[in-house]
Amino acid sequence: MIRIDSVTKRYPDGTVAVDRLSLEIPDRSITVLVGPSGCGKTTTLRMINRMVEPSEGTILIDGVDSRQQPVNTLRRSMGYVIQNAGLFQHRTILDNIATVPRMLGWGKEKSRSRARELMERVGLDATLAKRYPYQLSGGQQQRVGVARALAADPPVLLMDEPFSAVDPVVRKGLQDELLRIQEELGKTIVFVTHDIDEAVKLGTMVAVMRTGGKLAQFAPPAELLSRPADAFVEDFLGADRGIRRLSFFPSAGLDLLTAPIVAVDATAEQITAAGAADTPYLLVTDADGRPLGWSEPRDLTAGEITADRLLPYGRPFVAVTDSLRAALDCAVLSPTGWAVAVDTSGRATGVVPQQAIGEAIRGAHAQTAADEARDAEPDEDGKAQKVAP
Amino acid sequence: MNVLNFINSFFSDNAHWQGYDGIPTRVGEHIQYTLMALGIAAAVGLPVGLLTGHTGRGGNTLALIATSARALPSFGLMVLMFILLGLGMAPVMIPLVVLAIPPILVTTYEAMRSVDPAPVDAARGMGMAETAVLFRVELPVALPLILSGLRSAAIQIVSTATIAAYVSFGGLGRYIIDGLYQRNYEKVVGGATLVAAMALTTLGLFWAVGRLAVSPGVRRRSAGGAAG
Ligand SMILES: Nc1ncnc2c1ncn2[C@@H]1O[C@H](COP(=O)(O)OP(=O)(O)O)[C@@H](O)[C@H]1O
Ligand SMILES: [Mg+2]
Repeated sequence: MIRIDSVTKRYPDGTVAVDRLSLEIPDRSITVLVGPSGCGKTTTLRMINRMVEPSEGTILIDGVDSRQQPVNTLRRSMGYVIQNAGLFQHRTILDNIATVPRMLGWGKEKSRSRARELMERVGLDATLAKRYPYQLSGGQQQRVGVARALAADPPVLLMDEPFSAVDPVVRKGLQDELLRIQEELGKTIVFVTHDIDEAVKLGTMVAVMRTGGKLAQFAPPAELLSRPADAFVEDFLGADRGIRRLSFFPSAGLDLLTAPIVAVDATAEQITAAGAADTPYLLVTDADGRPLGWSEPRDLTAGEITADRLLPYGRPFVAVTDSLRAALDCAVLSPTGWAVAVDTSGRATGVVPQQAIGEAIRGAHAQTAADEARDAEPDEDGKAQKVAP
Repeated sequence: MNVLNFINSFFSDNAHWQGYDGIPTRVGEHIQYTLMALGIAAAVGLPVGLLTGHTGRGGNTLALIATSARALPSFGLMVLMFILLGLGMAPVMIPLVVLAIPPILVTTYEAMRSVDPAPVDAARGMGMAETAVLFRVELPVALPLILSGLRSAAIQIVSTATIAAYVSFGGLGRYIIDGLYQRNYEKVVGGATLVAAMALTTLGLFWAVGRLAVSPGVRRRSAGGAAG
């Protein structure tokens, strides 16, 4: 475990970048440092691998002062990923990734085969191995940066705004990939970002810092959203904190209706039966069960249903695994106010109206309030189960 | 008679191809002066430039020294050294080295300073030793610029090494000085042509070294702008 113990950093020009910061970074999980620009996140991260030396206080790695070992030995035990990847432009992708193994004295072939393994792990095509960094997109370069940091299998990964410079779509891919890698490898990751959404998505624990290098709150993301410590944290979380909190409530409890679903080739009897469900709309699916659109029951005539006459259904949510946020979003997007639930292969498994989602949200809030009252002492394992947003 | 005729008759005269005043001998001497001066200048300029560039300290001092050195006229310096030190190689070498150090020093410094700091930071962060950071991370990227500094130093030496002939040394300057003295313009033009040819050869050599020594990853970047 990494323990930051009352650490202060005062730069030579007098700037106090970090002010008596104490943090316990749990093993095998992602701890995010988040806060406005200039609040001391980078300084904190760089003190962990001694790229910056603390002015006061100590940093303990597994109980031992980090100054006990030679600085380069310390750094080689921690992967380091920076914003623009910082790849060596004169080396091929493979040799970039093989850097630390080579430094540790592994043979050339062993290092390279390890590098190849990592390319696959971070989702890079093997054909990129012989390319140079300038031939890769920003997102690919960032993947190489992550692979390079993981190459010697260090227990710790330090990441400083690694995904800030790529576009939102690529960023989402990289974030999902990081969560997957973390799940597979169980690294202790310290992740710096100024983006609260990224922090909430990735963090097992989130440390919110405020200008002047002070810790504002250190909590699991669900708790951060439900109980911000003060006005600063609340403000930093943004206006839609309530909506974002829904990411932590699973949609598993929703009552999905299957009756108001008809296939495009439904018979007159099937349509009548579905209409008996007495819902304002029926969901029409293709022969495979994939949603096509909504229609009022009286507009459906057997054998004459065409997809282009249907109302759009927005974006479906994946039943059970998606969160209430996704379900609500889906209902809000749908012109009928009904959300469509699908299974992982995209087949409709049920439909649910906005009101039902609203009730589920109220239920979930009541449940968490009850849970919190029960274990008033917040403990580390008691963190809310995070579900896909 | 025009210049082309001069060149033609100079190079077709068999007598110019042999003996102590023959083209091979004079070219050999000229190469020797050039390599010596370039070697000494590089031995001084490269380490100082690499180190100051790597640490980022001493840039202003460097610029000052380089500017002063550039202000010294090579020919005057040679005459002065000749008076002070007497006949010998030193009065020839000193002005050539003084001429060559500023481009090497300043370009090497600039080349090291212009290396993207991100990979250097990444290298340090992954625990790379400082010498490895210099030689394996910064130098390969700075190499094209460093080579261009060496190249301009070499070209300047090639053309200026002709002054060696004033203090009774050899090299291609012999043809020019002797030719002027003897009013043998064929010889003057021939000598000047050889100097120009040597300068072009030097350019070609540096191009070849660049092709071999600079990584394609860097070459493309410095040639055609960066890709995202
Ligand atoms: N090398 C330095 N010298 C002086 N001040 C610095 C230095 N590095 C950072 N700072 C200052 O310390 C504060 C925190 O910086 P930093 O840790 O980079 O913040 P963040 O990563 O949260 O944006 C800022 O006010 C910044 O200007
Ligand atoms: Mg920063």
